[in-house]
Amino acid sequence: QEKLDMSTYPVESIRNFSIIAHVDHGKSTLADRLLEITGTIAKTDRNKQVLDKLQVERERGITVKAQSASLFYNHEGINYLLNLIDTPGHVDFSYEVSRSLSACQGVILVVDANEGIQAQTVANFYLAFEAQLAIIPVINKIDLRNADPERVEKQMEKLFDIPIDDCVRISAKQGTNVEKVLQKVIEKIPPPQCSTADPLKALVFDSTFDHYRGVIANIALFGGEIQKGYKIVSAHTKKRYEVNEVGILTPNEQPTHKLYAGQVGYLIAGMKEVTEAQIGDTLFLYKQPVEPLPGFKSAKPMVFAGMYPVDQTEYNNLRSALERLTLNDSSVTVHRDSSLALGAGWRLGFLGLLHMEVFNQRLEQEYNMAVILTAPTVPYKAILSSAKLIKEYGKAEITIINPAQFPDNLSVSEYLEPTVLGTIVTPHEYIGKIITLCQDRRAVQKDMLYIDECRVMLKYLFPLNEIVVDFYDALKSLSSGYASFDYEDAGYQTADLIKMDILLNGNPIEELATIIHRDKAYATGKFLCERLKDAIPRQLFEIAIQAAIGKKIIARETLKAYRKNVVAKCYGGDITRRMKLLKRQAEGKKLMRKIGNVEVPRDAFIRVLKRQTDK
Amino acid sequence: APCPQWPYCRKRCSYCNFNKYVVPAVDEAAVRACLVRETRTLLRLSQVQSVTSVFFGGGTPSLASPCTIAAVLEAIAGAAHLSAGAEVTLEANPSSASTPRLAGFKEAGVNRLSIGVQVRGALPLSRPRQPLVPPTATTFPPQSLDDAELRLLGREHTAAEARGAVEVARGLFPGRTSLDLLFGLPGQSREGWAQGLEAALGLCDDHISLYQLTLERGTALVAQVWGGALPAPTQDVLADMYQTARSMLVATGFRHYEVSNFARKGALSTHNLSYWRAEQYIGVGPGAHGRFVPRGEGACSREARVQTLEPDTWMQEVQSQGHGTRRRVVLSPLEQLEEALALGLRTDEGITHERWGQLSPNLSLEAVFGAPGEAKDLQQQGWLVLDGGGLRCTWEGLALLDSLLPGLLCQLQRR
Repeated sequence: QEKLDMSTYPVESIRNFSIIAHVDHGKSTLADRLLEITGTIAKTDRNKQVLDKLQVERERGITVKAQSASLFYNHEGINYLLNLIDTPGHVDFSYEVSRSLSACQGVILVVDANEGIQAQTVANFYLAFEAQLAIIPVINKIDLRNADPERVEKQMEKLFDIPIDDCVRISAKQGTNVEKVLQKVIEKIPPPQCSTADPLKALVFDSTFDHYRGVIANIALFGGEIQKGYKIVSAHTKKRYEVNEVGILTPNEQPTHKLYAGQVGYLIAGMKEVTEAQIGDTLFLYKQPVEPLPGFKSAKPMVFAGMYPVDQTEYNNLRSALERLTLNDSSVTVHRDSSLALGAGWRLGFLGLLHMEVFNQRLEQEYNMAVILTAPTVPYKAILSSAKLIKEYGKAEITIINPAQFPDNLSVSEYLEPTVLGTIVTPHEYIGKIITLCQDRRAVQKDMLYIDECRVMLKYLFPLNEIVVDFYDALKSLSSGYASFDYEDAGYQTADLIKMDILLNGNPIEELATIIHRDKAYATGKFLCERLKDAIPRQLFEIAIQAAIGKKIIARETLKAYRKNVVAKCYGGDITRRMKLLKRQAEGKKLMRKIGNVEVPRDAFIRVLKRQTDK
Repeated sequence: APCPQWPYCRKRCSYCNFNKYVVPAVDEAAVRACLVRETRTLLRLSQVQSVTSVFFGGGTPSLASPCTIAAVLEAIAGAAHLSAGAEVTLEANPSSASTPRLAGFKEAGVNRLSIGVQVRGALPLSRPRQPLVPPTATTFPPQSLDDAELRLLGREHTAAEARGAVEVARGLFPGRTSLDLLFGLPGQSREGWAQGLEAALGLCDDHISLYQLTLERGTALVAQVWGGALPAPTQDVLADMYQTARSMLVATGFRHYEVSNFARKGALSTHNLSYWRAEQYIGVGPGAHGRFVPRGEGACSREARVQTLEPDTWMQEVQSQGHGTRRRVVLSPLEQLEEALALGLRTDEGITHERWGQLSPNLSLEAVFGAPGEAKDLQQQGWLVLDGGGLRCTWEGLALLDSLLPGLLCQLQRR
């Protein structure tokens, strides 16, 4: 394959842009049309979500792993190089979105002509707005029967100060006005401000792992040029590499002789692990250091959950699947963990809930692994007051991921919990129910705005743990699916946290200890006791299932003793079947977890700890 | 102890999931020939010298004609010694228990009758079918001798017929007539059961079997209970019914000699005891189970055997090869001990040192269960006794046997 010469595309003819949209508003369909119009891919009926390669992306209609594509387009006699930098479509990945956006000078903001502005539209708009990018507003799906582009234009004007005339009405599905969007990209988005004459300065905005070639880093050049044989250094790790290959993505990798300032492409340089090409890192030439691009930070997990193999004999297979999957997703943190009930496993940290679900789904689909995922928790903090503990930890502020590490309130001056600023967009008839739901979740209202006559945008400050389990499902069900929700990190706040134990006949069950807000202790304790009662079989004696804070019992369920358990008939023909069952029960007994004298089947914990996905 | 099976019934009872067949016409001569042939084949294979009991089960064996029963007994006597004192039981159904019929069975050699006032089998649909009792009508006065209950169970004989049959049977087989009763029927109350049992006590001979109704998969009754059309009694009600019955029967002189069996004046069922004492038995007929050592083949290990389920196939097999044995599994010494333990503990004598010693000459009961472990714990909790007699359940422990056994099996497996 002949290598392309990229020197024919000077900075002035380059446009770097992203498409941002709420889920299902047509981002991927618009990308497909842009690829077709510019001849990047052949026009067929089969081009659906071309840039979304993962099964989970196609099923959920979301982008998890951003893909990029270089498009060549002739406009008024000039050959342009348009770099479409795809972004993940959810705030869980807002850090990745902001990294992708930092490689761009403009965005296409896509809004569904029927659904109008949704929670994620708001979040995405502000990310682009704060990055001072040129914004091309596009109203999509105008071919739909219920399309109401005028109303959406008014929403855009009211909420984002976008003049009504600026909106481009399109149907990405049918191709209507898509060409016009391309022209707007050229006219409204400025070319990147940089020079080939400057020293090399390349932003890593994504990376993937290839088993044969190692790490493939997606880069945007903010200065200089790069080619095979150059010696480069990572500003973050300070490690040195020699460039093996550079090229552009169309959207598959196509090698080029060089990449020049302002261009976007990929680089292969003998990096062995994705952690060596962290998103947001800056690459420069050996012995020619540059000021790194601002904003680099390691991804910070916000939601933690235990992951265990359904069958312990699958432990090694699961470990290798986790290793391979995290090669492509360095934002997941992995710590070995073990539970007496669930065996050996891991405590995984995710950027958010969707991230967790997607990761789990990818494990199942791409690696055929069935796992037990425990109910998610959030990272709490404690400000220590005990000099002894401060000395022990080496600091006064500690992060608590595991309830077993929860320090007693006598040695703590205050506890902190993570919060998020949530955005809800809903038809106004559901406001009452939604406000009640938010109040139940200890949320504080920050804003309420009618974005048109019948749609409202609400902003609430939520404790993160109140939304990690089932908030989104509850919101969807009480609004018949019409309300949308998005959230962003909003730091920590003080909270009245306590540790709740679950006891069986007075003995605590380590794996069910929970850190919880005092106001929620009673309801949660009751719920856990009830679930546990259903999950433990009757035994020869009565079992008290209790929730306790310190020594105080706050909830109790009683599992009565068996009074009769003997099969009525056991004659010649019944014996074989009977013995089979008894032997299975004897085997099961060996796997039981003993808490005091109470025997608890392993799946009892699974049933209590597992997320309720089928509610 | 041969146990020939007559696999046919006239009607399906709503609670029964046994291997039984409701066919319009049975070629009895052919079935008889096959039962006789298989009896001979298997008895020879076992090289059993002396037969202590025979049990005709089913299906509904009282639907067979007395000459079939006679032919099988002759075959047994021809292949082994069948002493005059051997117990020969026939399961009978009130609808096929007329005086001449029962007299015919007695003539053929039957000397003990087990009357299922609701055992498997029933009358043909001669009477117009009445709708099931609605779930709200939750009290049935005299249990199972009550017409409403009999209908619920899909039985077509009436309470009066049942009483009549028991009286006839007692006349012909005095002291050797057993009554089968079910409790825990959907909608049944504690009081209803107590009254029913009282009525049965007034009618019965010296042996009673009481069975808690098991809701078996695939039966009409389970579909109605799971579907919510019939209320199943709670665990507490079932436990109370069992305790009430045990107390009432023991107070009237019965020995509670097995989980579900009661006898007075020594009228224990020799044949059924042979199951619980893990002795040898030979299953003959479709779907019959056996446990014996096929010494005729030179073997010396006990085998678990099952005959072919489907009657027509079974007959073809017997006609071509002399028997219809479908599956045979050699039982390991451990498996034999497991069976002996699980079955022996169902009886009031438990598993004696003597019987255990026959199966396990090198490892005594004391060595296995006297050491610290599950059995010791269960003894301390008052469910189990290990003493000079052997290992057995206490009165309280017997009602909970299925909760005791898994732990005991674990302890046995560790040795």
